[in-house]
Amino acid sequence: MTFGKLSEDSISFRSNYLERIVNQEELLYAPTHEWVHVGEDGIATIGITDFAVEQLTDLVYMELPDVGATVTAGEEFGEVESVKAVSPLYSPISGEVIEVNSGLPDELEVLGTDAFGAGWIAKIKMDGGAPDTLLNHTTYKTQIAAEG
Amino acid sequence: MSSTTELLKTPLHPWHHDNGGRLVDFAGWSMPVQYTSIIEEHNACRNGAGLFDVSHMGRFFFADPNACEFLNGLTTRRVHPMAAGKIRYSLMTNDSGGVLDDVLVYHLQDTAGVPFCFMVVNASNRQKILAWLKQHGDLEKLGFEDRTTKTAMIAVQGPRALEIMDPLCETAPSSLTYYHGMMTKVCGVESIVSRTGYTGEDGCELTVPADDAIKIWTSVLEKAKAVGGGAVGLAARDTLRLEAAMPLYGHELTETINPAQVNVKFAINLKDREFPGRDAIAAARKDTTLPRRVGLEMDGKRAAREHSLIYLGDQQVGEVTSGTFSPTLQRPIAMGFMNMEHLEIGTEVEIDIRGKRLPARVCQLPFYSRG
Repeated sequence: MTFGKLSEDSISFRSNYLERIVNQEELLYAPTHEWVHVGEDGIATIGITDFAVEQLTDLVYMELPDVGATVTAGEEFGEVESVKAVSPLYSPISGEVIEVNSGLPDELEVLGTDAFGAGWIAKIKMDGGAPDTLLNHTTYKTQIAAEG
Repeated sequence: MSSTTELLKTPLHPWHHDNGGRLVDFAGWSMPVQYTSIIEEHNACRNGAGLFDVSHMGRFFFADPNACEFLNGLTTRRVHPMAAGKIRYSLMTNDSGGVLDDVLVYHLQDTAGVPFCFMVVNASNRQKILAWLKQHGDLEKLGFEDRTTKTAMIAVQGPRALEIMDPLCETAPSSLTYYHGMMTKVCGVESIVSRTGYTGEDGCELTVPADDAIKIWTSVLEKAKAVGGGAVGLAARDTLRLEAAMPLYGHELTETINPAQVNVKFAINLKDREFPGRDAIAAARKDTTLPRRVGLEMDGKRAAREHSLIYLGDQQVGEVTSGTFSPTLQRPIAMGFMNMEHLEIGTEVEIDIRGKRLPARVCQLPFYSRG
């Protein structure tokens, strides 16, 4: 997908746009079930996959990173808690958190219906490119087929 | 997710596998942790009737009813003399008073009126208790048989449990009083039926022949579904027992915890009795330096979990042994052990949850009791 025709300085507009047309096949995936959408402007949007949400079930709490925080690929940047257990969220990329979906912890049910859209977690100003360890859609699907 | 190839399987395992059960390793058994959602399964039990496969629990049969007298020498609570038809919850302790297991001892009679003794132990402690029994008595003489793999055990729990079970049994389980049991036919099959459970709800538990387990399970399940119930996995079994403040072996009961710390006075009879650990329990009752079991409630959504530390100001005053978000109360609840001087209801403490201290209050146990 292209964002060329959009005003790149309007993050909120862009996030609305993302909610509407995000294409799972064009996202990158961490083996730990986070997805990342890499924008042409070097801003990445990250979230967790529908598979992760389905496996966790009964979500009650999410801890978001702070805006301005630095996150590192493969390291914990937040956590999600279900009735059963707490699971760390790992950042798929490195950079600075420029925006978080602050309403999400109060409406975690959104993750059950729109994990790749309205359920986005944070936007990161990327420091360098996406790591080679991230999976494309086909490879990720193969992984979850083996896990599920 | 994890490999379950070398794990033990209950007679109901094929059903769990074919019906969305998420199978995990639990004490060496491949068990369903959940089928759908923990909250939905929890509520199905609280509001209707939940079916639990608890076949992983150890089931020991003694043909000789004198086994109750033998077991009475090893249990914290008197299980002999005990009238036929009665069941008692008790602990088994080692010589220093550490808890080896919590068990149910049954004194029942078969349909011909021949009495026998039966005991249910935790899956994780089955071999340990078996060795402990062998160390203290001649099990062969007592007609001992480990029936764990020959039978299945199904718990049917919830406000509608007895109403759905009554028509399926030759003698209605509702005719039993609480903590009583009998041999009767369930779906035409000779079984042990007891009015016991581990959820805080009324209901019964069935010990049935392994070969008939799936048939009985599916018959009961059909009735349960008609009253808004269903199959419940181990995860919701844990949230249910935690709300009911029932101790869980490995958490509130361990070999390093003395029963006097757990507030299970009903399960301890010291007077005129001898059993391993008796004197250690008597001494621990008077020892005010030993922490005691406590209930804690919190606001918000973040639950304290096992090993979270409890603070009063800068002083560490206890540790959490079980915690979850309570589906019924819609708030985090926890049990743990705290120093005696801080146990007053309403005492404000803080719990360290992964580096953040959150407020909690000492509260009355149980967190939930049925209406």
